[in-house]
Amino acid sequence: MPTIKSLEDLQKIREEALKKREIKSTPGSIQIIVGMGTPGIAAGARDTLKEILGMIEEKNLANITVRQTGNIGMDSWEPIVQVVLGEAAPVTYGKVTPFAMRKIMEQHVLGGNVVNDYVVPA
Amino acid sequence: MKFSRSMVLVSNDPDSLRNGALEVYQCFAEKLAEFGLSEEVTLAQITDAGRHDALPLVIVYPEATAYGPVTVKDVGRIVEEHIYKGRVAEELLAPVRELSGRVGWLKARKGASPMEKKIVTRRTGRIDPENIEEYIAEDGYQALAKALSQDRMHVISTLEQSGLQGRGGAGFPTGRKWRFVNATKSAKKFVVCNADESEPGTFKDRVILEGDPHSIIEALTIAAYCVGADEGYIYVRGEYQLAQHRLEKAIIQAREVGLLGKNILGSSFSFNIHVHSGAGAYVCGEETALLESIEGKRGEPRARPPYPTTHGLWGKPTLVNNVETLANVPPILLNGAEWYRSFGTPSSPGTKTYTLLGNLNFRGLIEVPMGITLREVISIYGQGMKDGATFKLAQTGGSSGSIIPASLQDTPLDFESFRKAGVSLGSGALLICDENTCTLDLAITLMKFFKAESCGKCTPCRVGTERALRLLTAISKGEGKLQDLETLTLIAEEMEIASNCGLGQTAAVPIRDTLKYFRAEIEAHIRLGVCPVGVCEMSAEAQMA
Repeated sequence: MPTIKSLEDLQKIREEALKKREIKSTPGSIQIIVGMGTPGIAAGARDTLKEILGMIEEKNLANITVRQTGNIGMDSWEPIVQVVLGEAAPVTYGKVTPFAMRKIMEQHVLGGNVVNDYVVPA
Repeated sequence: MKFSRSMVLVSNDPDSLRNGALEVYQCFAEKLAEFGLSEEVTLAQITDAGRHDALPLVIVYPEATAYGPVTVKDVGRIVEEHIYKGRVAEELLAPVRELSGRVGWLKARKGASPMEKKIVTRRTGRIDPENIEEYIAEDGYQALAKALSQDRMHVISTLEQSGLQGRGGAGFPTGRKWRFVNATKSAKKFVVCNADESEPGTFKDRVILEGDPHSIIEALTIAAYCVGADEGYIYVRGEYQLAQHRLEKAIIQAREVGLLGKNILGSSFSFNIHVHSGAGAYVCGEETALLESIEGKRGEPRARPPYPTTHGLWGKPTLVNNVETLANVPPILLNGAEWYRSFGTPSSPGTKTYTLLGNLNFRGLIEVPMGITLREVISIYGQGMKDGATFKLAQTGGSSGSIIPASLQDTPLDFESFRKAGVSLGSGALLICDENTCTLDLAITLMKFFKAESCGKCTPCRVGTERALRLLTAISKGEGKLQDLETLTLIAEEMEIASNCGLGQTAAVPIRDTLKYFRAEIEAHIRLGVCPVGVCEMSAEAQMA
C-alpha cells in the first residue's frame, strides 16, 4: 500500500478497499469467516479452521475466501463461523466443531442448504 | 451502523409459554416482516418481567408500554397500531393494578431503550483485525484526519460536550482530563492506554484489542495530537498474548502507510506508539502503578497528588485512558457530540460494554446504552438464570466492584444512579449469582484474591486483607463469634480510609456490602452453625452446638 499523506489518499484507499469487498460478495463467490478471538481459539476455532482449509484442498474448491475476525461477543456459542454465499445475508453458526464444519461445508457451502442444527438463534 | 428505533419484548417464563408465548413471538416476527419493519424493530424475549398474571406479556420500547395477556389474534393490531402508526393500542394494555405493582419498574424506563447499540464493538467480529485495509474501509482513520484538520481545543471541547466519561471504572469526564494535560506546559508529554484489564471477569478490552486494534491506535493518536504528546504507550496485560500480537502488527501496518511516525497525514504532527506488556500484577491496572511499571520499577502505586496529568510517566504530564474510553473517541468525532448524547442517560451518555458471566443461560459481551437495568440485562441478554434458579446477587466490575442484591436490580446502570445507590459500576463485568451462592463463600474468594494481589506497600491493605480473610474463614468453619462482625466492619472502614490506592480501598467493599445486604446469612453461620445455602463446610463441633 502507498504512503497516505492526506485525506484524499485515505479516501482513495477506502474506496479501493470497498471495491475489493464488493468483489468478494458477487454472486458465485463464497466467504467463510471464522471468529478467532481468545474465546474462539480456546473453544477450538483453530481445528475448525484446519478442517475448512483441509476440505478446500481435498476437494480442490475455488472461489472460497476464508478469513478471520475477532470476537463477536457471543462467547457461549464459540467457535463461531459465518458463511456468506454471494450477496445473501451471512448465516452465523455456533459451537462449530470440525465435525459440524464438515457438515456445514458439505450441505451449505457446496449444497446451498443452511444447516439449521448449528445456526445461532437470534 | 444499524440502529433500531423500537424494541418488542415477549415474556417467555414458564407461565407465559404455557399460555402460548412462543406462538405470539413467532407471530410478531411474521407480522413485523409483513410490514417491512424487521430492520427497524428489535424483537427479543424477556424471561423475568416481574409479574405473574396477564401473561404472555408484551413490552414495547421506547414507550415502555405493557400489553397483556396477548394472544396471537392481538399481534396484528399491536404491530399495526403501535409500531407502524405510533399509537398505543389502549384496549390491549395490561390492567392498571398490575402495572402499579410488579412491573412498576417499567414506569422508570419510559423513553429509554435496552436495545443493543454497537459503537465501540461495531467492527469486532466483522472485520479482519490483521488487515488495515478492512479497517480503513469501515471509516477507519477518518476521525484522525478530521481531528488533524481542526484546532486541538475544538476537538477537546467536542469531547467535553459529548459527556464521555472514563470507562475504566471511575467515570471521570474524559474531555476534562484531556484539557488538564493540554493545559500543563511541558516540552515532553505522554499518552498511555491502560489495557491492563486484570479485573476478574472483565474482558471487554480484550475483545476490542483483538477484534479492532486499529481503533485504539487511531484514538491514541488523536489523544496525543490534542494534548501535545509525541510518544504513547499501550500497557497490555501480560496474559493477552493475542492482543499484543495483533496490536504490534497493527502498529507496523500503520507505520508503513504513514499513519504513525513523522508528519502524519501531511501535518506537522509526529507520533509513535510502544506496546508494553504487563507481567501479571493486578495492581498495575491502577494508573500510577502502571506508570511505575512502564518505567521499569516495581509496580506499586504512587502517592497522589500530584496526579499523572501533571506528573506522570518519568515526571512528565501524562494522559492515561482506558481502552473502551479511547474506542469511543473516533465515533464521537465523526458523528458529533449531539449524536453521542442521543444514547444513554443525560448524566451518563453513550453506551457501555458489559461482560456477562455466572449463572446465566448466555454468557458473553454486550454493548448497551447507559442506564439499562440489571433486570433487563439478565432477562433479555442473559436469557434468564440457568436452570430457572432465582437471582440472588450480582457483582459489578470484577473483584473491586460492588455487590448488588436482587432488591436493587431495577437501579439503572449508569454512573449517577449507582453513586446515589452507594454502589460502583466498575469496569463492566457483571457476575450474576443465583440462590445457590453463599455470600460468605463469595466474600472469602474475593478476599483471597485481594490478599494475593496486595502489593504490600501500605499497611491497611497488606494486614487488613490478611486479617479479614482469617476472620471470614473462621466463620465459614463455624468458629466465628458475633464480635467478629464488628471487627470486620472496623477493618473494612480502616482499609477504605487509610489505604494508599484503589486496591486496598475496594478490597473493603465485599466485606461492607456482604454485611450490609446479607448480614442475616452471615449471622446464621455464627449463631446456628449452619450455612443456609449448604456451601460452607461447617465443622462437626459447630453443628453439634
